[in-house]
Amino acid sequence: MLMETVFSIKPVFAVLISLLAIPGIISSRTQNIRETWTLVAAGIKLLIILSMLPLILDGKVVSFTLFQVFPDIGISFRVDAFGMLFALVASSLWIVTSIYSIGYMRSLDEHSQTRYFSFFAAAISATIGVAFSANLLTLYIFYEILSLATFPLVTHHQDKEARSSGRKYLFYILGGSIGFALPAMMITYHFTGTLDFAPHGVMAGHINSGLALMISMMFLFGFAKVGIMPMHSWLPAAMVAPTPVSALLHAVAVVKVGAFSVVRVFTGIIGTSVLADFNISTIVCVIASFTIIIASLIALSQDELKRRLAFSTIGQLSYIVLGVALLSKSGMTGGMLHIAMHAFGKITLFFCAGAIFCATGVKYISQMKGIGRRMPITMTAFLIGSLSVVGFPPCGGFISKWYLVLGTIESGNLIFLFVLLGSSFLNAAYFFPVFYNAFFCSEDQMLFEDKVEEAPLWCVVPLVITASISILLFFYPQPFLKLASLAVSTIMGG
Amino acid sequence: MEQILSFIAAKANYWAYVILLMVGLYAMIVKNNLVKKIVGMVIFQTAVILFYVSIGYKTGGTIPIIIYGDGHNSIIEPAAKAVDYINPLPHVLMLTAIVVGVATLGVALALAIKVYQEYGTLEEDEINKKIRA
Amino acid sequence: MTFFTTIFTFLPDLPAIIIITPLLASLLAAASGLFNRKTPFLIAAAALFISFISSIILIMQVVETGIVIEYRMAGWAAPMGIVYIIDHLSALILLVITSAAFLNFISNRKNIETEFRNKEGAFNSLYLLFTSGLIGMTATGDAFNLYVLMEIASLSGYALIGLGSNRSPLATLNYLFLGTIGATFYLLGVGYLYIATGSLNIADIASIIPTMMNSSIILFAFIICMAGLLIKMAIFPLHGWLPNAYSDCSNVSAGLIAPLTTKVTIYIMIRICLTLFSPEYTFNYLKISEFMVWLAIITIFFGSLSALAQKDYKRMLCYIIIAEVGYMVGGFFLGNRIGISGAILHIVNDAAMTLALFMAAGIFLWKTGEDSRDSLKGMFGKMPFTMAGFTLAALSVVGVPPTCGFFSKWYLISGGIAAGQYMFVAALIFSSLVNAVLFFRILEIAHFEPFKEHNHDHVYHHSHNTLLHHHQDHHDEHYETTKHNGVVKEAPLEMLIPFIAVSIMLVILGLYSGTIVANIIDFVIPAAII
Repeated sequence: MLMETVFSIKPVFAVLISLLAIPGIISSRTQNIRETWTLVAAGIKLLIILSMLPLILDGKVVSFTLFQVFPDIGISFRVDAFGMLFALVASSLWIVTSIYSIGYMRSLDEHSQTRYFSFFAAAISATIGVAFSANLLTLYIFYEILSLATFPLVTHHQDKEARSSGRKYLFYILGGSIGFALPAMMITYHFTGTLDFAPHGVMAGHINSGLALMISMMFLFGFAKVGIMPMHSWLPAAMVAPTPVSALLHAVAVVKVGAFSVVRVFTGIIGTSVLADFNISTIVCVIASFTIIIASLIALSQDELKRRLAFSTIGQLSYIVLGVALLSKSGMTGGMLHIAMHAFGKITLFFCAGAIFCATGVKYISQMKGIGRRMPITMTAFLIGSLSVVGFPPCGGFISKWYLVLGTIESGNLIFLFVLLGSSFLNAAYFFPVFYNAFFCSEDQMLFEDKVEEAPLWCVVPLVITASISILLFFYPQPFLKLASLAVSTIMGG
Repeated sequence: MEQILSFIAAKANYWAYVILLMVGLYAMIVKNNLVKKIVGMVIFQTAVILFYVSIGYKTGGTIPIIIYGDGHNSIIEPAAKAVDYINPLPHVLMLTAIVVGVATLGVALALAIKVYQEYGTLEEDEINKKIRA
Repeated sequence: MTFFTTIFTFLPDLPAIIIITPLLASLLAAASGLFNRKTPFLIAAAALFISFISSIILIMQVVETGIVIEYRMAGWAAPMGIVYIIDHLSALILLVITSAAFLNFISNRKNIETEFRNKEGAFNSLYLLFTSGLIGMTATGDAFNLYVLMEIASLSGYALIGLGSNRSPLATLNYLFLGTIGATFYLLGVGYLYIATGSLNIADIASIIPTMMNSSIILFAFIICMAGLLIKMAIFPLHGWLPNAYSDCSNVSAGLIAPLTTKVTIYIMIRICLTLFSPEYTFNYLKISEFMVWLAIITIFFGSLSALAQKDYKRMLCYIIIAEVGYMVGGFFLGNRIGISGAILHIVNDAAMTLALFMAAGIFLWKTGEDSRDSLKGMFGKMPFTMAGFTLAALSVVGVPPTCGFFSKWYLISGGIAAGQYMFVAALIFSSLVNAVLFFRILEIAHFEPFKEHNHDHVYHHSHNTLLHHHQDHHDEHYETTKHNGVVKEAPLEMLIPFIAVSIMLVILGLYSGTIVANIIDFVIPAAII
């Protein structure tokens, strides 16, 4: 299937617009001007991306080469359905998170907010860069920029805990990418002579089974942002960050960049045929299933709300990997959709955790007994978010899980069906007590006064928006579903 | 034996240069006193000068000044035969090398004075002891 | 109009102007230093600027026309006279030398004034002499002339380094001994080449060598020349002089000498292997590639591990420089096109990165009056722009894209894979990871630990002209007060601007590395090498 290519500089602007806002953010004289810069940049970014959406839905791709850094590889952008899906999620959630950040950072009176907003903008730039990369080199470059730009955000508090978490964060993420992903990329280049993403991969016919397996594993573990065990432990550690950072970066941008990169490499570089022929897909499925189950079990035992969410994220990310590695049409659609669905659900949960911390200073689930009466809106949103993550109708998460389940049946591996169902139960098991404690506890267990007192409006509005979108996505899953099926039909043919 | 001796004798200047080179290198590496090292360095450089001078030398050759070489009286004196003259180029080069050698010696001695002012000695082991202390 | 016509009349003489200007200006600077303390700096800055501009024009000329410029000194043709050759490679290296010397010089005006009080004339004159020595080494087409210029650069280099701290004379003396051995070995090699070929002109010798490949004289000449150069470029185990010499000297001198000396020596090695002895001789006939690559691998491991053990920032940089020498030597002796491209590209990139790191060292010293790593505490809050530039330089050394270090490393690693030298690839990756640890330690201190007040004279007498200082003052009420002493006190603009320019260059060099390789480096490597 040959796709019509439109040459346009729009993807470059989509990437750079938030970087361009940084000088504005730094030089602003008051907080309000600074935040205006952030919001304006976020708005323009979304508009640029939306303006490309009709083209992509038409089955065209937008492409632009910025620098020719090597004779046959450039820093080039190429917007296709899958990239568009991810960019849409990330850029729309950036606006919401920016609003939330303003509320959160101001109400907690955090230090170095200028630095915070600058690096936030840089991180989003890099995320969109990853989404729109035309080849592995460009993807890798933006992946690394993202790792580095998020470091000051993760270690925002600059205390001892932040320092050790920051070390762990960089050790896993940079160590993985320099130690595994980079050599794997060079070996790929050596054997295939190209790094461009192709619909059916570029490796078929160039490589033997042992090497293919090695490279696949190097990419899977090298893109440590996807949090496949045992490369996951940076994620709970990174929860020392301020909550908006955890929300956007560790539910949407950073971890999804990992998942996106793995999916891109598996489909665009290694190719589904190689994955199937050398039985690599089964191995990947097993690794992903293992991560899903173990992460859910660990999540059960976490008392700190953000850590519980972190382990939940680790498990959910592996859904995406599992969905793609099933190599069936529905599975892949489900995996890609899960990037979007999980993002809206999980960001709601993080917003709630942050709102609770903002309003009451409480971090631990055991201390949240009866909080539902004090913060009813927040906790209702929390319920919706968790339903979406668990995969209950009527929430967006149900749709992606539905496709994943179909995928396991299509591929004939029923064991993975049980993994999915089992982990859904575990998901419910670790989210339900939070909600139950919040609303249905006896009077003597109540830790809060019976008086409604929500977090500041700047914090509450965003979480209401994302929770509503989570529900909306169940009834109207476009354009994400269309984009995912477009992407899958390019990869799988037909 | 005879042959070996004559071989050595025929290349005497080259043997001398190699021996001088080794003497200089030995002194630079092994000697403890900084001034002795500097002396070794000068011997080392001079050895190379000897080598260059030997390249240009020719038994029976004369200095390369060509009488009437400007062509005015070419009927009286036929064109110069290169065989009769030594090669002047290496010798000229060595003028430059000597200058370089002198400059190096100057810088080295200046540094040695600085070292002496700092540590009060020029023996390397004593200086090292003072640095560690 | 007349101005431009004057410029154009000078154009054919640019290869001479680029070296003559700093050479003559060094005399002028020394003389004027006797009467006035300000003029030597102005003279030197002007001379360096003229060289810098000339090198830009030269490289544009070469790239546009594709013709090698051969400049005959005083009109004597080769092989009798001395010619200066400006081809793609030497034009590139000239640009590196002149730009690094110029930027480092202008950014350090205040450091020169304080560190070399009443010695301005001498210092500026030496700085110019060193630069012109390097320029001459790069441009000359004559093997003996190369020796003379090498010694001019070395001697002024010894003097520059010797002007440093109390410990520097001893370190310099050791450097001088080894440097002299290296240069004299080279001279000896040239002598043997002269015996064999009867010529001193590089192009002329190169045309004769293919007829006498089997000659043992040529072999000996090659070995002894290479031995001399290897000493001068500080490859393991001949590196001993470098860390002491570079870390004990003043920051201004280190900023000039450290980025350039080893790189120009490596350039000379490449010149000698590619242009003088043919690639055929170096790679196919001699079969020393394997040995040299292993030497490079050991150098990389040794340099990286030693750097880990250093507490002092400048000493750490010195060992990184040694490891980088291994990158370039190893990359060159991989013997394939991509590896050699990587080595040449890395000469440019590494010069830029080292320059940035030493300029940063100069700024920190100026700001805090201390040289140790601890003096960087809290610097991110104090000097965000300087630290941003420093971070870029650090990332470049680690090899994180899109900084230039990544791209040359890419070529080197690809070359290693193509040549089947997997140990070299492993060494490169190992050294990248070690560099990541090294710089992370520094950045972590600067990010996490609170700023500590320094008792240093500088802090007082220049606090009024800092960058963000005054308009930060009356906006403090709008901004949150930070935990970590959030008052920004940047370095003075004249230091900051050149430094930031170099840091940004690191990214630009990276993004345009494809252009550099396609337009310059591809022309350097003989077509015989694939």
